[in-house]
Amino acid sequence: MAFDLDEKLADGRVGFFTDTSICIGCKACEVACKEWNAVPEDGLAFTGMSYDNTVGLGADTWRHVAFVEQRRPLGHQEPGVGDMDFRWLMASDVCKHCTRAACLDVCPTGSLFRTEFGTVVVQEDVCNGCGYCVPACPFGVIGTRESTGTAAKCTMCYDRLGAGEEPACAKTCPTDSIQFGDLAELRERAERRLEQVRAAGLGSARLYGHDSGDGVGGTGAFFLLLDEPEVYGLPPDPVVTTRDLPSMWRHVGLAALGLLAGVAATAWRTRPAGGRGRS
Amino acid sequence: MEDTPRGRKGTIMSQTDVRLDGSAGVRTDREATPGSAGHRRERPPAPQAAQDSYYGRPVLNEPTWQAADIAGYLFLGGLAGASSTLAAAAELTGRPRLARAAKVGALCALGGSLYALIHDLGRPERFGNMLRVFKVTSPMSVGTWILTAYGPQAGCAAAADVSGLFPRLGRAATLGAGLAGPAVATYTAALICDTAVPTWHEGFREMPFLFAGSAVTAAGGLGLLAAPLTEAGPARRAALLGAAVECVAATRMERRLGPLAEPLKRSRLLRVGEALSLVGALAGVTAGSRSRIAAVAAGAALLAGSACTRFGIFRAGMESANDPKHTVQPQRRRLAKAQAEAELT
Repeated sequence: MAFDLDEKLADGRVGFFTDTSICIGCKACEVACKEWNAVPEDGLAFTGMSYDNTVGLGADTWRHVAFVEQRRPLGHQEPGVGDMDFRWLMASDVCKHCTRAACLDVCPTGSLFRTEFGTVVVQEDVCNGCGYCVPACPFGVIGTRESTGTAAKCTMCYDRLGAGEEPACAKTCPTDSIQFGDLAELRERAERRLEQVRAAGLGSARLYGHDSGDGVGGTGAFFLLLDEPEVYGLPPDPVVTTRDLPSMWRHVGLAALGLLAGVAATAWRTRPAGGRGRS
Repeated sequence: MEDTPRGRKGTIMSQTDVRLDGSAGVRTDREATPGSAGHRRERPPAPQAAQDSYYGRPVLNEPTWQAADIAGYLFLGGLAGASSTLAAAAELTGRPRLARAAKVGALCALGGSLYALIHDLGRPERFGNMLRVFKVTSPMSVGTWILTAYGPQAGCAAAADVSGLFPRLGRAATLGAGLAGPAVATYTAALICDTAVPTWHEGFREMPFLFAGSAVTAAGGLGLLAAPLTEAGPARRAALLGAAVECVAATRMERRLGPLAEPLKRSRLLRVGEALSLVGALAGVTAGSRSRIAAVAAGAALLAGSACTRFGIFRAGMESANDPKHTVQPQRRRLAKAQAEAELT
């Protein structure tokens, strides 16, 4: 927690830059991810949430395409739906592979680990399904799988990276909305892209997870969004929960000492008649 | 698309080159700028409802912990830890029957705790994997090691007391368990606060005190229930002290958390828990010191009060995790505050 992880991870750290301004909502990333990683089916239902059928990230959804319909203009575009402004935001969400990853911090078995690529991966054969990582994640990414009882999330295709291949979702993305590569390079590219998109009239564009000074130390998978993060179901200012842990331990220590002193005081104040007393 | 270009550090860069000309210097598809072309008819801006969630879905994934297991463990672990401390205090001040009741109670609560903890795992047969590592960043790991140190001592203390064998070893184990007990009773606060669950996390300043108070209330209740009137003095006073600390901590937490305290304030379990604890504690120090029946009733009320408090805290946390506004709004306020501060300087 104390040392500069971002610096330590910088060399050889890879990541995703998901540019939602060119996402077309085809869900090829969802399919490619499921196929490559053999992620089990987790129900396809009509949700009524635009074209979204997967609802959110979890143990069995490692890429999730969000669809947001808004009565707002998209730049200078004429939507052609009568007197109504309309825009359709789509964004492919994924595990953020945080610089300061809460899931990794709280894992009591060491099942979650930081790979040589700077990503965060679950070792399924070590995980005992305690579920601590699930409420620890400030983005609601990781979940536990019913069929195995263990935690599961995006590995950024750890096996493919090892073989010199890019992750399945980035490989399949037909518009390059999902870009994979060296994180430092992606961050530079994202800066340029942001300027370009803003100059083209999308003033609401912003980068998300790009700042290494944020509450999770920047993310390995970051985004170009066209609206506030919460519109896409992302937390606006996520903070790694273990940032406050030193203070938590201090409070726990004080409370424990107080408990000891309090119980001792209740016994010592008056002793029973004829008792042995303190030895 | 047959060749995959490599980035400067040898890692593969993604590129889906659907262009036919593909010449350098020509803008690639990934640089398309949606909304830049076209002639939008000017319209009056439509009234915008503030959108602060994705179809009302929670930002966080719901904890997979079962209430019966984990809230049950919060209660039983607190009862075990504080009972061991009470047992040590009773033994050192010459109250053998209170000490025995507390030791046996602690061992039973510990057994229930271990059952709940292992039962809640997705892969119970792998519970031993908790002992692969020690991580101070994981309260669950720290707690596992605390329980590993505490458990055998608590067991030994109770076994030696009941059987009468190895009195010196039993005494050492009683003292050891008594010293480890407060850690067992309070680390669970860090366990639930060290999550992104808004009400738990933000309550981390008061939670350890609330849990310590609730644990002492339960241990006092057990003492009242099981020890004779002549020896139950410490249990009665401990229950009163515990209930007072618990209520003060809960009130402070609710005040400090502001809008995040809503699930706490709405919780009927918490109100019932507070009422049972206070009534039990007051009944304990008054009628409970004269009548055995009153002592038993007060003890039962105290135990029930402590359990209600723990289940109430657990439920309130789940509720706050399931409502996106509890995740988004505090973060929005934090950002707004940071921005206002940055503008001032």
